[in-house]
Amino acid sequence: MSMRPVDALDRGTTPWLFVAALATTLPHFEHQPLWLSALTAVLFAWGGWLWWRDERLPGRWPLALLVAVTCGGVLFEFRTLFGRDAGVAMLVVFMAMKLLELRSRRDASVVVMLGYFLLLTHYFYSQSIPTGLWLLVAMTLVTATLIRLNGGAASTPAATLRYAGLLMLQAVPFMLVLFLLFPRVAGPLWGLPQDAHSGRTGLSDQMAPGNIANLALSGEIAFRARFAEPPPPRDRLYWRGPVLEGFDGKTWRQQTSRSRPPQVEMLSPVVAYESTLEPHQQRWLLALDAPGTLAADLALESTLTATARLPISQRQRFSLTAALDYRFNPDEEPPVLKRNLLLPPTANPRTRALAESWRQEESSPERLVQKALTLFSGDGFTYTLQPPLLGEQPVDDFLFNTQRGFCEHYASAFVVLMRAAGVPARVVTGYQGGETNPVDGFVVVRQSDAHAWAEVWLAGRGWVRVDPTAAVSPIRVESGIAAAMPAGEPLSPLIQVRSDWLRTLQFRWEAINNTWNQYVLGYNPQRQRELLTRLGLKDPDWRDLAAALAVICGLMLLAVTAWALYRRPQLDPAARLWQKALRRLARRQVNCAPWETPLALARRLEEERPALAPAFREVVDAYLEARYGGNPDNLTKLRAAIARLP
Amino acid sequence: MGLIAEFKRRLFRWQSDGNAPLRLTQRRIFVLPTRSGLLFVAALLAMLTGAINYNLALGHALVFLLAGLALVGMVHAFRNLHGLVIAPGRCLPVFAGDQALFPLQFASDRATPRLALQLQAGADQPAIMTAVAAQNLTDASVPVTTSRRGWLALPRTRLSTTYPLGLFVAWSYLQPEMRCLVYPRPLPSPLPPLQSVPRAGDQHGADGQEDFSGFRARQPADSPRHVAWKASARDGGQRPLLIKQFAGGAQRELQLDWSLTPEAATVDTRIEILAGWVMAAEDEGACYGLRLPGHEIQAASGDAHRHRCLEALALFPS
Repeated sequence: MSMRPVDALDRGTTPWLFVAALATTLPHFEHQPLWLSALTAVLFAWGGWLWWRDERLPGRWPLALLVAVTCGGVLFEFRTLFGRDAGVAMLVVFMAMKLLELRSRRDASVVVMLGYFLLLTHYFYSQSIPTGLWLLVAMTLVTATLIRLNGGAASTPAATLRYAGLLMLQAVPFMLVLFLLFPRVAGPLWGLPQDAHSGRTGLSDQMAPGNIANLALSGEIAFRARFAEPPPPRDRLYWRGPVLEGFDGKTWRQQTSRSRPPQVEMLSPVVAYESTLEPHQQRWLLALDAPGTLAADLALESTLTATARLPISQRQRFSLTAALDYRFNPDEEPPVLKRNLLLPPTANPRTRALAESWRQEESSPERLVQKALTLFSGDGFTYTLQPPLLGEQPVDDFLFNTQRGFCEHYASAFVVLMRAAGVPARVVTGYQGGETNPVDGFVVVRQSDAHAWAEVWLAGRGWVRVDPTAAVSPIRVESGIAAAMPAGEPLSPLIQVRSDWLRTLQFRWEAINNTWNQYVLGYNPQRQRELLTRLGLKDPDWRDLAAALAVICGLMLLAVTAWALYRRPQLDPAARLWQKALRRLARRQVNCAPWETPLALARRLEEERPALAPAFREVVDAYLEARYGGNPDNLTKLRAAIARLP
Repeated sequence: MGLIAEFKRRLFRWQSDGNAPLRLTQRRIFVLPTRSGLLFVAALLAMLTGAINYNLALGHALVFLLAGLALVGMVHAFRNLHGLVIAPGRCLPVFAGDQALFPLQFASDRATPRLALQLQAGADQPAIMTAVAAQNLTDASVPVTTSRRGWLALPRTRLSTTYPLGLFVAWSYLQPEMRCLVYPRPLPSPLPPLQSVPRAGDQHGADGQEDFSGFRARQPADSPRHVAWKASARDGGQRPLLIKQFAGGAQRELQLDWSLTPEAATVDTRIEILAGWVMAAEDEGACYGLRLPGHEIQAASGDAHRHRCLEALALFPS
C-alpha cells in the first residue's frame, strides 16, 4: 500500500507514541487484573521490538484474533464489556494494540486521541492532588507527541517538549475560567453502572466481634466537620450511624420496621456544622447526636439515624445541626420496647444468669446500668485492639474468660446484660470523637474513630446513651484511640504519629487535601452559585454564564493572539547601545547616514566637529570591540564611553 | 458559480501579489478546524458527558484544559504563518509534461522554527512540505504539472499549515507574478536531410566546437562546460564569466523548416516535431537553423541557441 508522503508516519515519531501510550496507561496497572496488565506489557514490548528491528507490523487477522481473545477475557473477568472497569480495561488494551498498527499518521493521531481520553479514566479511581499532577505531566507528553507528529523530525525532543509546555501554560487560564464559569450540571445524567463506585471502607449495617476493631486499624478519613463556633469537647462528639436492635447470639443487625418519626426534645442550644462525608456506599449521614431539623432531601429514622435518600457514593457536603443534650422518645411505642428486650433463648446462658441475679437485687434500671458499668471498670477488663478469639457463646466467653475486648465487645455485652435484666437496650454504631486540625479548623473523623456504644430506654428519660467503653477506658472517649491504646497495638501509623513536626506536617497535608476536596473536587452547581453571588452576579442562569464565558475567553484569545503577532525587536545589546549613542549625536545635530559605517562616521566627525570627535572615537572603538570582539566585558566599556559623550 | 467565485475572491482577497517579497499578515491568513479538530471536539464532548455523569471535578478540569489547548493551538497555527516573508524566484523552462518548479524563498525572523508548511498550487497539483528554521531562509519550489507549451503562470498557491496540533489549519493564498516558459514536448522523428550550404565560407564565424576563435560574456543559457575559467579569473575575478567561442566544424547546416513537417498534422504536432528535431540536432552537435512562418533563426549551435529555438517554438501561436 503506497501512501502520499504527507500521510506516511516517519520512524522517529513512534517512540513518542510509545511514551504517550505508556504515560496514559501505566497508572491503570495498579488496579487492573494482573493478566490484563501482563497482556498490555507484552503488546508494548512486541510493538517496541518490531519498531527496533524495523520489521513488518502484524496483519489484520492476528490483530482481530487478539481483539477477540481480549474481549473474551474482559467478559470473563468483569461479566460485561461495558461499565467502568471493563470499559477502561478495553481502552487500555486497545491503546496497546494500536501500537502494533502504526502505519500512517492517522493511526498515530488515533493513539493521541485515545491517550487524551485515557487521561480522563484515571479520575474514576483517584482525584487526589498527586494524580492531578501526574496527569498534567502525562498530558504534556501526549501533547508533545501530537506536536512531533505534526511538525516532523525537524525539531529536537527538548524543543518539542518545551513547545508542549508553552501551549499547556497558555491553555491554563482558559481552563480556570471554564472551570469556574462553565454552567455546571449536577450528575449523574443517567444511571451509573454497578461498578461506578466501589471499594470504600466504613461502617456496615451489622456488627460482629472484630468488625469495628478492623475498621479502627485504618487511618482513612471518614468525614470532616466544620463547626460554626468552636467545636464541642471531644467526649461529647457521638456521631450516630446505624442502630442495631436484632441479635442472634453473635451478630448484631439493623432491623427494618415501620415506626413513627422520633420525638426529640432539645435541652441545650443547637450547634450548626457542615459535614463533608467521604463516600461509604451507605445512606446514613453520621450526624452528631441528636440531629436537629434536616434539609428536605434528608430523613430522620425512628432510631434517630439521619439518612440521605440515596447511598453516599461520592464525597458530599451536608449542613446539619445538633443539640448535645436531648430527650429522645420518652414515650416509646411498646412494640419497640419489646423488640429491644429480645434475646436468643439459648445463647450466652451465664450472662443471662448474671443479669437475672442482678435483677433480683435491684429493681431500678438506673442502678442496673450502674452495676454493669462497675463490672466493666473493675480490674479484669482490658481495652485492646487484639482481643482473643471468642467461642460459641461469645458474650459469656468475653465476660467470664477473656475479658479483653474492643468497644463492640463491651457494647454488645452491656446490651445483652441489660436486656437480660429487663431494661430495653440496643447497640448504636458510629464514630466517637475526632481531631481538630489546627491548620484549617476542621474536625477530622477517621475510620479509627469508629465506635459502638449502647442506648437504654429509661422511663421518663427516653433513650439514654451509655458508653461502656468509657467505663473501661475513659481516655478513649476523652483523647481518642491512639492515646487509649498501649504502645505495640497495631494501629495505623497515620493516627499514632507522636512526633510533633510529623504531626504538624500531617495536619498541613490533610488541610491541603481538605481544601482541594472542598473547593476543587467539591465545586458543584451550588458552590458555583455561591461564588457568582459573591462576585456580584445575582441569581445567574446558564445564559449569563455562557455570555460571561464567551466574553472572557474571547478576551484571553485576543491576548494570546496579540502575543502571537508581537515581533520582538531583534537587536543585540551592543547594537542597542550604539543606537543610543547615535541618538546622543543627533541631539548635537550630527546624523549618521544610512550608509555610514561607525568608522566612517568617526572620520567625518574629526573633520566637521573636532570637539566631539575624541569622545566619539572611544565609543566607536568600544562598540566595535563589543560587537565583534566577543568579550562580554566590552559592553560595560561601551556603556561607560557613551556616558562620557558630551 | 460565478457568484460563489466572486464571493471567494472577495473573502480571500484574491489578487496578484506582484513580484516583490510579501509578508503574510493577519488580513490574509485564514483558520478553520481540520477533520481531526472536529474529531477532537467530539471526543471532548464525550469526555465532558462522562465527567458530568461521574461527577469528576478533575475530569471537568481536564476537558477544559484540552479545550483551552485547542484554542491556543488555533492561534499557534495562525502564528506559524504570520510574519513569514515570501520572495518569488526565477523559474527555469521545462518541457510540456514535466513538472514546472516555481521557486519561492521563505524568510522568517522569528526565534522559533516554522515547521510543516505545505505548498500546493491548486487541488489537482502535487503538494510539498517545507519548513523554515529560526531566523533563517528556506527555498522551496512549488511543483506544477504542465501539459501545454507557452507561458505558464503560477496558479494561485495555497500555503497551509496544521502545526502544531493538527486541530486547525491556517492557510493563505499566494499569487506572486511568476511564470515559467514551457517548451513543447519534443516528438522524436527522423531529422530532415542535411542541406548543402551555398556560401560555406561565410559560416566560419558561427559557433562551432573545434577551433578557438575568442571570448564572449556568458549568458545564463550557456553550458558551464564552455566557461573559460582561467580567463574569467584574471583581474581578481572582477570580470564577468567568459565563454570560449569556437569556429568551424559545422560546415554543413540543417534547416529545420516548418514546411518540412507533415502538413496534415495540427499546428501543435508540427511544433512538437520541430522541437524533437532541435533536440536531436543539438545532440548530434550539428549547426541548425529554424524557420517558422514569420520567424527565422539563423543556423548556429550550443545551449543558448537551442533555448532560443525552443522558446520560439514554445511561443509560436497555435
